[in-house]
Amino acid sequence: MAAYVSGRILSLVLTTLAASVVVFLLMQLLPGDPAAVMLGVNAQPETLAALRRQMGLDEPLLTRYLSWIGGFAVGDFGTSYTYSVPIAELLGPRVMVSLPLALMAMAISVGVALPVGVYAAANRGRAGDTASMGIAQVAVAVPNFWLGLLLILLFALELRWFPASGFAGWENGLWPGIRSLILPALALGLPLAAILARVTRSAVIEALGEDFVRTARAKGLSRRATLWLHATPNALIPVITIIGLQFSFLMAGTIIIENVFNLPGVGRLVFQSIAQRDLITVQSLVTLLAASVIVVNFLVDLAYGWLDPRLSTGGAR
Amino acid sequence: MHRIIAPCLAGVLALGTAAGQAQTSLTVGEALEPPGLDPTVAAASAIRRVTYSNLFEGLVRIVENGDIVPGLAESWTVSDDALTYTFKLRNGVKFHDGAAFDCSVVKFSYERAVAPESTNAQKGLFAPIASTECPDPLTAVVTLNRPSSTFLFGMAWGDAVMVHPDSAATNKTNPVGTGPFRFTRWVQGDRVEMEKNPDYWGTPAGVDKVTIKFIQDPSAAAAAVLAGDIDVFAEFQAPELLNRFRDDQNLHVEVGTTAGKVVMSLNNARAPFSDPRFRQALTHAIDRNVVIEAISSGHGVPVGSHYTPVDPGYIDLTGTYPYDPEKARALLAEAGIAPGTSFTMTLPPPAYSRRGGEVIAAMLAEVGLNVNLVPIEFPQWLEQVFTNADYEATIIGHTEARDLDIYARDKYYFNYDSPEYKALYKAYTEATDEAERLDLIGQLQTKLAQDAPNVFLYALPKIGVWNAKLEGLWKNLPLPANDLTQVRWTN
Repeated sequence: MAAYVSGRILSLVLTTLAASVVVFLLMQLLPGDPAAVMLGVNAQPETLAALRRQMGLDEPLLTRYLSWIGGFAVGDFGTSYTYSVPIAELLGPRVMVSLPLALMAMAISVGVALPVGVYAAANRGRAGDTASMGIAQVAVAVPNFWLGLLLILLFALELRWFPASGFAGWENGLWPGIRSLILPALALGLPLAAILARVTRSAVIEALGEDFVRTARAKGLSRRATLWLHATPNALIPVITIIGLQFSFLMAGTIIIENVFNLPGVGRLVFQSIAQRDLITVQSLVTLLAASVIVVNFLVDLAYGWLDPRLSTGGAR
Repeated sequence: MHRIIAPCLAGVLALGTAAGQAQTSLTVGEALEPPGLDPTVAAASAIRRVTYSNLFEGLVRIVENGDIVPGLAESWTVSDDALTYTFKLRNGVKFHDGAAFDCSVVKFSYERAVAPESTNAQKGLFAPIASTECPDPLTAVVTLNRPSSTFLFGMAWGDAVMVHPDSAATNKTNPVGTGPFRFTRWVQGDRVEMEKNPDYWGTPAGVDKVTIKFIQDPSAAAAAVLAGDIDVFAEFQAPELLNRFRDDQNLHVEVGTTAGKVVMSLNNARAPFSDPRFRQALTHAIDRNVVIEAISSGHGVPVGSHYTPVDPGYIDLTGTYPYDPEKARALLAEAGIAPGTSFTMTLPPPAYSRRGGEVIAAMLAEVGLNVNLVPIEFPQWLEQVFTNADYEATIIGHTEARDLDIYARDKYYFNYDSPEYKALYKAYTEATDEAERLDLIGQLQTKLAQDAPNVFLYALPKIGVWNAKLEGLWKNLPLPANDLTQVRWTN
């Protein structure tokens, strides 16, 4: 197990490093000079040159990459061109919005999908199955930003239960913060729940057809106990895989949803930084996001090993 | 279960609303978050919309009708040769950190703006300054190297505000000015907070606390306004959503004009744009009113030159080459432009550009011209079109106020080169008599309208929406700002 984990950690570091090179080079290819963006249309050439010097943009490519990645390795992500504050400082409060949002969306997705999927599988072919899978089919097709707008119309503008947009801030208490994240978490989580419910249903149906289920029933276990104690745990591997993929998807989904709900999260920071050519911020954030996806995949791999020990010992049993 | 939760929720929400509505604070919506809060080191108008007059002040300032009025200078005199400006400074003015304002601050601010390492985006405004001297702490004598009738207006811009030597370097993240509000907090990505400055030298602010929230998405912004989360959105970005506000009795909608001009810029150095007949034909072929209707639901005033109704000395020149497709076709034939000739129009992201491009392409197709529309990002536009002039036509908003000077520059992206215009502009900047200046402003506008270096489309509207109980907000916008110094709740 230790060798398995350390091997995975090494590949994790190398993948992140490769991602950083790609991201850095892409930023150089992006047309548009960050200094020109800041100084606008009336800037004089010598003013531009002065700003480029201050921003270190006149240094050679390799020097800039090495100084950036060197700092990155020790947690210094550089200083934002536009905000003039360290990126780590910018990132802290943003993560405190995006991470709870992603976790809430994830919780909604799993919390809705597992019971619905298992229920549909247990009632395969009956009205409950058809109805829940029909709704799921529609929900898969609904774009999350559009669902977000519908939720705003109903719950914020009509019923006034939740704020239409913005984030109340954790410093004002736990509930106001959570309250401003509920609608966006629903908008993100429900379409994911629909996908997950369908996957759960087919995985459970497959497990229900296995020999061990017949054995469990034969030794006198109730239908319900068989379903929850034997079929469902054995259906979890594909479900965990999809949850892992969905987490990476959530990273991208937050960019859109954070714009719809005007939440000051990581996604909106990425979006804004690209528009303003705050290249150092973009490259640090994208590299961090890539690293977080790599880490999540790593955790999913570990979860496989835990769910099915054969996977981490190379099948020797 | 939900029957129990819902009333509880409603109760919590009602409490929250009652507390938030205390009528001494103000929540303002802005579409764009400023990149830093120092207006003297970057160009973004978003910086001015937070800081102008609210946090930072200059020696003089612009008010809503475009007039130049005293700011930190209570009066000034101009020498007969128009080369020496003597400013009498206000006594007892303090920066928000307690530092005193006197002539040394004026000298520092102006010299910092022209220094070689200066990154002032409008360095050109300070070009006429030869020296700033302090005969005594409350007198600043600014000597110019040439007469400049636009100098005082330039010193009223956000780029020419007074900054103290001790705080200048950190103003980007912690702005310290002399204004009626002082900065308290900037939650990057979300909001800027400021509070009333109790030691302000002039009329105190009408509200105790201002929160400026940044909401880029127009639907999210509209929802926030309708829900009452935002009290003021001084420049609302989506005119097509205005009717939703008009139906709401709690909201007041005010449509005014800005000094910004939407222009279809042409590369005058390239054929066929180098032929005046071709450029005139383009102007004849475009129905400005239809363009305005399509882009901003009819909000916006057509202009015939690079000048808007909020600028002093404006004249309506939309009749110079009025909408007349027949005339356009004739001029094209005369210029030897075959039907089916095509050119490329580069479109940066704003709606006036993207939507405007489509409408204009359709109008030009009517007179036999094919337009290829190429959407690009703004940084790319700056590099390709603005810096390298590698383009044929584009649509862009020139938001700088009274910027007739750009047509007198030797090298500017539309490559207009007219010795007559340059001579007129020089005469204008050197004119000392007000009547003479107004006359020259008229001549400059007329010359541009006739030469048609670009197709002048319309003045950008200022579409404001705010709580009907508020007063003191600007209807028109003579320069980028969102002056909150006079705002108060009426009950």
